[in-house]
Amino acid sequence: MSEEASVSRRHFLTVATSVTGVVGLALTAAPFIASFRPSTRAQALGAPVAVDISRLEEGAMVRVVWRGQPVWVLHRSKDMLARLAGEKSALKDKDSAESTQPEYAKNATRALRPEFLVVIGNCTHLGCAPLERFEVAPADLGPDWVGGFFCPCHGSKFDLAARVMDGSPAPTNLVIPPYRFVGDEMVIVGEDTGAAA
Amino acid sequence: MSAARTGAVSTAASSRTARFIDWVDERFPLTAMMKEHVTEYYAAKNFNIWYVFGVLALVVLILQIVTGIFLTMNYKPSAEDAFASVEYIMREVEWGWLIRYMHSTGASMFFVVVYLHMFRGLMYGSYKAPRELLWIVGMLIYLALMAEAFMGYLLPWGQMSYWGAQVIVSLFGAIPVIGAGLVEWIRGDYFISDITLNRFFALHVVAVPLALLLLVVVHILALHTTGSLNPDGVEIKEKKGADGIPLDGVAFHPYHTSKDLVAIIVFAIVFAAVLFFAPEMGGYFLEHANFEPANLLKTPDHIAPVWYFTPFYAILRAVPSKGWGAFLMLASIVLLFLLPWLDRCKVKSIRYRGWQFKAALVAFAVSFVALGFLGLQPATEKVYVYAARFFALVYFAFFLLMPLYTSRERTKPVPERVVYHGHE
Repeated sequence: MSEEASVSRRHFLTVATSVTGVVGLALTAAPFIASFRPSTRAQALGAPVAVDISRLEEGAMVRVVWRGQPVWVLHRSKDMLARLAGEKSALKDKDSAESTQPEYAKNATRALRPEFLVVIGNCTHLGCAPLERFEVAPADLGPDWVGGFFCPCHGSKFDLAARVMDGSPAPTNLVIPPYRFVGDEMVIVGEDTGAAA
Repeated sequence: MSAARTGAVSTAASSRTARFIDWVDERFPLTAMMKEHVTEYYAAKNFNIWYVFGVLALVVLILQIVTGIFLTMNYKPSAEDAFASVEYIMREVEWGWLIRYMHSTGASMFFVVVYLHMFRGLMYGSYKAPRELLWIVGMLIYLALMAEAFMGYLLPWGQMSYWGAQVIVSLFGAIPVIGAGLVEWIRGDYFISDITLNRFFALHVVAVPLALLLLVVVHILALHTTGSLNPDGVEIKEKKGADGIPLDGVAFHPYHTSKDLVAIIVFAIVFAAVLFFAPEMGGYFLEHANFEPANLLKTPDHIAPVWYFTPFYAILRAVPSKGWGAFLMLASIVLLFLLPWLDRCKVKSIRYRGWQFKAALVAFAVSFVALGFLGLQPATEKVYVYAARFFALVYFAFFLLMPLYTSRERTKPVPERVVYHGHE
């Protein structure tokens, strides 16, 4: 074999060996990189939560915990929806443009089905838990109050669609998590039809 | 008689030592390395006080490693136990409070000396050819140090640990497309949890320190290849004596080491003063909110990072959009890497540079300190937001306009040799 052929042969072998080595390294790195992802236990603990709504009466609310956060499911009555529609208070983010919610909850009722509000119960100001105040015009909240949520920590007010009212320290509406319905009995919090769990 | 005998004994002992050194040298280049890096490494004789901070950074690094090792012996990296184990170290481990405060004070002092070290580099042009790699490795050390400090701050699992990590980790969510997945990957969970704490611990005590040590070795090797610069920005290697030693150079040991020792002692006094009288530094070194255990359901009233991150945090907050804020924050650090190529002036030291660079450097230093102050203030004041925008603009102008103003500089003539007024 000539000198030149030998050199180009060696060059080819060097490149081939290097490429093989790099591929091998990348494949070996994959398990280590993947080990950083949420473990099976973390996934199980962060799994979507099923809430039975078949016996949730109109006007009643249940709380569940999903990923360390309180999630509220409120069954809004027709009366509540009517009050929501006829609301007079000024809202900071009426159309939820600045707020966090799935696309399907970016509407007037901030819900997939108007009668059910599914929302994370942490005030967007400093994370306190607002209280449910569904009564109309109570003494402490004034005559314009048509029902909603009131944060006792710093006085943020939210309407029945969890939209923040003007004059509240909270910057945005309460966060809506991803969720979907299974028939009329069940709502799955933490998963929607678009997402592959 | 007895004097003669002592002399004979010491000669015998020293020849035994010499034989041992010879034995080692045949197996490991001990003497050669000592000569190359210590006793025959020549640095300019006109070093001023700005040249002590590199050595001080090395001292703090060692201090952090030693105190850190002792802290891991009592610290428990789990969400359940972390906060209590730090309190246990503070109250029940013998001298635990001292070791812990040395570590927490050391973290802030590390940044103090590193910022001064970097500013020295800016003033005297230490980043310019042929020291570009030296500068880049130094910047990588700075990045590693920021990662180290950030992850270390989560470990006590206090309120500020938790919410600070929450804010910073969620910044990665601003990256388009992969953002959300990346945040989940970093946390290993859907919120900052026990899993996140556990991995930050591993990175803080094993991975990043190893990287830091490696980078420091590379930094010093690069320095010893190009040689140290000096306040005159003169390359001393260009004027060598008949013996091949730079005329303006003196051996690192014993001449520079003896000066450095004085600096180390003064630094130790300052360090001890902070350590014993103000370990929390009024909430700047250890934030008050961090003496409260992490509460996942309650955000502190005012989240601010520790002082050494606040200039970048102020830039982040100055921008109303999360994505652009995160981008500008990243850019503010990336631009530092590009300094050797942004600066078009041939003259290295500020002593001989034109007014343009001097003015720009002052404006930069002022804006950096001002941003640092603004990053500590609550975001609710409109005045602070506008001030932060103004100083962020100055910060970026320093870098982005640099090719323009440095190419028009009227410089002074640079001397052939370093200017030195020693005691003859």
